[in-house]
Amino acid sequence: MAQGLVDEHTEENESQLAEDRRQAVPQIQPVGARVMAPLILTRYTVVSALGKGLDETYRALRNRRSGLRPCDFEDVGITTYIGRVDDLEDVFVGGGSASTELEQFDCRNNRLALLGIQQDGFIQAAIEARERYGAHRVAVILGSSTSGILETEHAYCHRDPATGALPSSYLTSHRYTHNMFSSAHFVRTYLGLRGPAMVISTACSSSAKAFATAARFIEAGFCDAAVVGGVDSLCLTILYGFASLGLMSSGPCRPSDEDRDGLTLGESAGFALLEKSEHADRPGAVALLGYGESCDVYHMSHPHPEGTGAIRAMQAALLRSGLTSRDIDYIHLHGTATKANDSIEDTAVHSVFGPSTPCSSTKGWTGHTLGAAGVTGAVIAAMCLTRSFVPGTLNTTRIDPNLSSHVLLENREQPVRLVLSNSFGFGGNNCSLLFWTV
Amino acid sequence: MTLYVNGIGTLGPGLAGWAESRAVLAGENPWCEVATPEPSASVLPPNEQRRSSMTVRWALHVAQEAMQQADADAREVVSVFASSDGETGVLDRLCTELAMPQRTISPTLFHHSVHNAASGYWGIATASQQSSTVLACYDSSFCAALLEAAAYVHIEERPVLLVAYDLPPPPPLYAARPLRGGFAAALLLTRTPASNKLAQLDLALSNDLSEKATSMDDARLEALRTGNQAARSLPLLAAIARQRRTLVRLEYLEDQHLLIRVLPC
Repeated sequence: MAQGLVDEHTEENESQLAEDRRQAVPQIQPVGARVMAPLILTRYTVVSALGKGLDETYRALRNRRSGLRPCDFEDVGITTYIGRVDDLEDVFVGGGSASTELEQFDCRNNRLALLGIQQDGFIQAAIEARERYGAHRVAVILGSSTSGILETEHAYCHRDPATGALPSSYLTSHRYTHNMFSSAHFVRTYLGLRGPAMVISTACSSSAKAFATAARFIEAGFCDAAVVGGVDSLCLTILYGFASLGLMSSGPCRPSDEDRDGLTLGESAGFALLEKSEHADRPGAVALLGYGESCDVYHMSHPHPEGTGAIRAMQAALLRSGLTSRDIDYIHLHGTATKANDSIEDTAVHSVFGPSTPCSSTKGWTGHTLGAAGVTGAVIAAMCLTRSFVPGTLNTTRIDPNLSSHVLLENREQPVRLVLSNSFGFGGNNCSLLFWTV
Repeated sequence: MTLYVNGIGTLGPGLAGWAESRAVLAGENPWCEVATPEPSASVLPPNEQRRSSMTVRWALHVAQEAMQQADADAREVVSVFASSDGETGVLDRLCTELAMPQRTISPTLFHHSVHNAASGYWGIATASQQSSTVLACYDSSFCAALLEAAAYVHIEERPVLLVAYDLPPPPPLYAARPLRGGFAAALLLTRTPASNKLAQLDLALSNDLSEKATSMDDARLEALRTGNQAARSLPLLAAIARQRRTLVRLEYLEDQHLLIRVLPC
């Protein structure tokens, strides 16, 4: 039925397939042990309500300056706070010889992605990886939960009164803005990368799972390096959606507080360049040492009451790294500050780590950036490792006495070697990542 | 990289279920482009069947068929869901509500709007705690999912259920993304051959685009293939149906081909 599906078992085709493999895909070595080879984060960066890049983010964390403010997003009439990124309105998506091609990607989500890759020399590092391995050997694997849906929300406000049709400018840009693949499409186009690409969309675990998929792709030989991360930006869908679920605080969120009353939404973009250690190993480098993924679907928007999926994700990350819970210096919690999330995550953390491993949530600084929360946590974990620093919890005055893990309120200055970062999403989708300094 | 297909589910016009699809794709029966029957998705409890979107039911219907054919236990199986456009029916209702002055959206509408709704419902239906990844790669979503599934099968040494699905969006979104027809396909993939295996697949990525990607002989099936990312699986399914050694080329974006050597079992 399909063209070309004649019996192609000829010597020529066999040798062509073998040649293609030699050129494109190194043969995978059997993986006996479940321990993964560390992957280096050659370069990483983040943009959130705390600022642009590592230094601004670190200063805000260190000085306990929150990025949250009363909601001033468009004409949203909800009493809440948000973690909004400044200056996105002024970002120009385009430039260079491919400007026309790039301009069609213009939307809030891709402006945020562009602002992200422009920090901390990330673009240059990606170009160097492209030159080192070849454009086809560098993957782009990002996470997002709502992509550029804001464009569609706007388009629905400008439908043709007679026909109901959406504006024609929207129809042609839909693929480059709202479609779920848009952010990875944009980033790989901007960076001139031609390797495997995808956007993972598993709600709040999306950009954490991007690290896991990239690690597998590198190990499988589908690529030599990967731009991983994610981007999610403010939109009406999430603001009115979370409000409808009754999960949003009216003030800045207070993770682990006994009076916590919900989450604060934010937006962020974070990126890391992942490479095998033999190409990028150097003292002080940060490595991905383990990842664990699981599900515990109980209800679409409510995690399992005993946190069984979260436990499974954390244990899988430890298993993959060959470490035990005693080795971990700090846990960056998902910590959204809803009653249920913090309590269930606490149960899960306590059951894996016991009562003494320090942990905290940084959502009081950044807000919950949904699909970008995983990479935001990953970059904060990397900063803990390189700057001998552990953030406490912001906006929280009294830790819920029902929590049994060792929740930090105050920041700490101390050497840190191993950090676990949790991301748990809607639809019971969990991912834990483990980072280490070489 | 070698993996085995132990179960297949399909849903599309004249391709409802693997038994029907196999006979058509093997050339034994002519293809009748009849309307696709409503998916039962009986894996879901009745109240969830009522609540879930049509997109979710399409995805779960083929997932269930592939699992049953392979006689696999969902609690042991990792899942990879691939959809280019996701819950467009729900998003249409959501954006319509958000364009009204009062902007009242229901919690149910909101949590059905996420791209991973089908994956979430699969978890509710099966109580599986294994990893579930949901990905999008525009018209290459099936191809990206096959790579993700293959990597998972090899590195995590777990059986993987791949589910690719997309439905044409309702108007007015249809004008932005005119998917030609609904299609869903599921494959249950393993690292080692099972007794009831259907085919062996050898996968490799290639940068050599001098040969064209494999298309369908029948012009109408070819239109189905190019009109929906999930139907980009048709050349692979046809090769499996024919039970002949075949090399299938799938387009991975505009930059690479995924070469799949299909070996009969």
